[in-house]
Amino acid sequence: MTPERPDPDALLRKVQEEEALATRAKLKVFFGAAPGVGKTYAMLSEAKERLDIGIDVVVGVVETHGRSETNAKAEGFERIPPRELPYHGTFYPEFDLEAALKRKPQIILMDELAHSNMKGSRHEKRWQDVMELLDAGIDVYTTVNVQHMESLRDVVAQITGIIVRENVPDTVLERADEVELVDLPPEDLLQRLREGKVYVPDQARHAIDRFFRKGNLLALRELALRQTAQSVDAQMRRYMATEGIRKTWAAGDRLLVCVGPSALSTRLVRATRRLAATLGAPWTALYVETPRHLRYGEADQARIEANLRLAEQLGGGTEVIEGGVSIGPDILDYARSHNVTKIVVGKPSLPRWREFLRGSLVDELVRDSGDIDIFVITGDQGQETARPPLRPKPHSPLSHYAFALLAVIAASVVSGLAFGRTELADIVMVYVLAIVLVAARSGRGPSLLASALSVAAFDFLFIPPFLTFAVTDFRHMGTFAILMVTGWTIGTLTERIRQQARLARSREHRTAGLLRLSKDLAQGGGSADLVESILRNVASQFSTEAVVLLPGANGKLEALRKDLPLLHSENEVGVAQWVFEHQEAAGRGTATLPGAKATYLPMRATSGVMGVLGVLPEGEAQWTEPDQRRLLEAFADQSALALERLDLSEKNAEASRRMDQEAMRSTLLSSVSHDLRTPLGAITGASSALLDREAPVAEEARRELLESIHGEAKRMHRLVSNLLDITRLESGTLEVHKEWTLIEELVGSALNRMEDQLKGNPVTVDLPRSLPPVPVDSLLMEQVLVNLLDNAVKHSPQGTPIEVKAWSVGRTATLVVSDHGPGLAEGEEERIFEKMVRGRRPGAEAGAGLGLAICKAIVEAHGGRITAGNRNQGGAQFLVNLPLPEELPPLPKEESSE
Amino acid sequence: MTAGTGPEATAPLVLVVEDELPMRRFLRAALQAHGYRFLEAGTAREGTMLAASHQPDLILMDLGLPDEDGLVLAKRLREWTRTPIIVLSARGREDDKIHALDSGADDYLTKPFGTGELMARIRVALRHRQGSTEEAPVFEVGDIRVDQAMRQVFKNGEEVHLTPTEYKLLIALVKHAGKVLTHDQLLREVWGRAKAAQPLYLRVYMAQLRHKLEADPARPRFLQTEQGVGYRLRI
Repeated sequence: MTPERPDPDALLRKVQEEEALATRAKLKVFFGAAPGVGKTYAMLSEAKERLDIGIDVVVGVVETHGRSETNAKAEGFERIPPRELPYHGTFYPEFDLEAALKRKPQIILMDELAHSNMKGSRHEKRWQDVMELLDAGIDVYTTVNVQHMESLRDVVAQITGIIVRENVPDTVLERADEVELVDLPPEDLLQRLREGKVYVPDQARHAIDRFFRKGNLLALRELALRQTAQSVDAQMRRYMATEGIRKTWAAGDRLLVCVGPSALSTRLVRATRRLAATLGAPWTALYVETPRHLRYGEADQARIEANLRLAEQLGGGTEVIEGGVSIGPDILDYARSHNVTKIVVGKPSLPRWREFLRGSLVDELVRDSGDIDIFVITGDQGQETARPPLRPKPHSPLSHYAFALLAVIAASVVSGLAFGRTELADIVMVYVLAIVLVAARSGRGPSLLASALSVAAFDFLFIPPFLTFAVTDFRHMGTFAILMVTGWTIGTLTERIRQQARLARSREHRTAGLLRLSKDLAQGGGSADLVESILRNVASQFSTEAVVLLPGANGKLEALRKDLPLLHSENEVGVAQWVFEHQEAAGRGTATLPGAKATYLPMRATSGVMGVLGVLPEGEAQWTEPDQRRLLEAFADQSALALERLDLSEKNAEASRRMDQEAMRSTLLSSVSHDLRTPLGAITGASSALLDREAPVAEEARRELLESIHGEAKRMHRLVSNLLDITRLESGTLEVHKEWTLIEELVGSALNRMEDQLKGNPVTVDLPRSLPPVPVDSLLMEQVLVNLLDNAVKHSPQGTPIEVKAWSVGRTATLVVSDHGPGLAEGEEERIFEKMVRGRRPGAEAGAGLGLAICKAIVEAHGGRITAGNRNQGGAQFLVNLPLPEELPPLPKEESSE
Repeated sequence: MTAGTGPEATAPLVLVVEDELPMRRFLRAALQAHGYRFLEAGTAREGTMLAASHQPDLILMDLGLPDEDGLVLAKRLREWTRTPIIVLSARGREDDKIHALDSGADDYLTKPFGTGELMARIRVALRHRQGSTEEAPVFEVGDIRVDQAMRQVFKNGEEVHLTPTEYKLLIALVKHAGKVLTHDQLLREVWGRAKAAQPLYLRVYMAQLRHKLEADPARPRFLQTEQGVGYRLRI
């Protein structure tokens, strides 16, 4: 690797980080070696200064522990009133994150960063509250002691013998824009302790006494100093990087730590994190899944997941790969392909003989690592907690042992028949055959049994002295040994192949699940269909109830299926909303809002979070198995991509639809302006003639003018109504409200509406009484009839009849309106339904160009078809075909009594 | 806000609540020509005040008022007055019409309308206000005669047999003759609340009534459909 290699991507990242840094909220940490050094006091002093120059400083949490000096300092600040949370029947105050976010001060003071929140709070830990406050753009001042740093936990425990339970991830301290070390020499601290200035709860007096020993304090102080120096160093490096000083760009180290289910792994992760922080190198925790993985108990699997989770919390990456029986080569392959320079492994605690037999991972790695450094870390013998045993190996069923017995008996019979006619070696081969068969079919246990039985039978039946187990010729012992080894070897191999097959099957199951999901998602359809596929796939893969929540118009999450009782709880929806807003998993089995009933995962796509997937694990399962959890995440992300794709294609379609509409509107507008101007001209002219005082109109002419105003106004009304109808239809805002309707009623109301226009033409109606009800939007379908009648009237000579007919055949109802006019011209049958086509007589009455287009749009919105043609007897006819559903609605029972 | 002048003081007083000046001018001309006294308001507030101070015999009301939704105004007026309300609304706003009728309006007119239609509706509304048809035991329209005391229905003088449901439906229409009744109102009156979700039943019984009472059931003269709203017994 070439040294001093500037990486353009990293440079870009730095620039972006710097930009973000300049605007993001500031975190200041008052860091101390031990309680009582005066962190809170220091924090309050600085806050006071800020307050005095007019900055909006608010106290979120300040623990004064009754110290008078600190108390005095804490006066004069506004406080966020705490929430009262119940615990064992009493209410205790707890920091109210909601209120703080709502109050949104410039700076908030949050004492005791390592504090664990009480049940019922949003987050488990106060540092999570702090992160959320920072995300909301609020500067935070906080205090923490060195023993609470996650990566220093073990060291502190080694020094003081006290295991600290309340930890803060190192990343929080790294996030700090400023770390101020509040330092007090150990002598002074002990002095303060003696004077009672350090708060010590009575029940902890003993432990505290052990803690506050000078040796401890010295060591802790050094740790704190070092930690502070490191964080200053990190700031320095960041500064240098942005200032373009190349030295820091030397080809970086990359660390890899191998984790497993042991407690040692936890230490390995912490140690790697320390090492990585010192080197300023990225690091990854790797777990290699082997056939053994399937046999780990739930506790072990949980520990593996916890170790990986810890690595994530400490700022490392995590990776799970699949490997064979020996994981050394897999680790090295991974390391090489990811430019890892240092691998951290634990020192094996296996007994010597097993190490000798199986070889140790460390040896394997060291032997083949090449230029990769291997760090071996030891575990305290005492600290290694006793691991629960592996799940018992799958036992071969009894029938397999019976098969072994039968095989040996059969071999003995065959051998007995051949005895005397063949060599003894052939008989051995018969037994070997039996053992091989048993091993291949039934695995290790039965094959060992077959070996032992074969040895016994062979000795008993065919080795002199016969029918005893005594052996006179010791050469036969070799034969026995060969039989035993054969059985053991083949049986073991078969067993191993089986395990691998099982693992392959479970991998296959996962891959198949993902494949099925992606296939289902590729089917397309609307978001409801997609969600349906997602739910179906999650349910079948994880056998659990699931829910998908998507953001509605107002950014609030909504479930498409409302019937899930889970969502009746406001709390659950709130958790999902949190997940959506913070793009992090939360709920059951996670560190955030673990009290929720379900686990919620963000559905991440390239453009952001598309929604939230909630899964309700059955029983106590909590998605702790890493592969399950990862698979679930993969499901969520794949679903998110599909939803994003749909969203984009919908937006595209919407855009092109809008463009079409725009084009349609402008054509429409230009062509109707003529139709609108004609009646307007007539109305304006006639009315101005009536108003003209200088030239009064004769009574008869007056009447004529008024009639023309009235007629033209009506014409305009028709045109405007048609225009409104067509725009509503074309814009897609029109909804079809289908209801069971009777055709006779539709015809009746349409004829009534057209009463005036139809005066000149008789209408004959032919409707069989057997017509079934049709599912249509009665208002729209009436409009179709009105427009068809209107069209018929316009093209019918005075006095010629107009006919309305209807029938139903099979699952189609047909409505026909026909006239005795001139009929349609050749080739006009299709074109007549287009907009602005008037047909037949050129210059026919205005507004007619839209009526049929409206009919077509409405009929097609009902899934029907409208066609036009000429009748044999002359005149045009229009056919409306409407689909009928398979099942007709129930009709009233009471028959008309005649 | 001027009281109409001209017609004698006993003529019915009509309050027009409408913000469009040309529309108001047309209504004023038409009403005065037919001998009604006339009051006009341009806003819902003004309308409420005039309705309270003058106790009109009829209110004509536009649904789109500048200061308040006409639906709300109708509902509020109905809280304290039984004065008939006729709503003026455009075609395509059928839902508004139904809401208006359900919240207390007596009838509606679809814009644009002519004087003939307007006067017919006003007459019906005023007649209902005087309660003349409700108590009359015998109702007659065209060749149809309904004798409520005897529970008999005649067409061209011949008795027509109706099923109990048909009869109930017809009586509901007769009681509000000339006025539109929404699907909901009819379903409630004939079947009670239980069946209120079956508009098809209503359509089927209406068809049966038409076949028994109308000369041409496909072109009904009396039992008319107000598409998307309900039914009306035209008188």
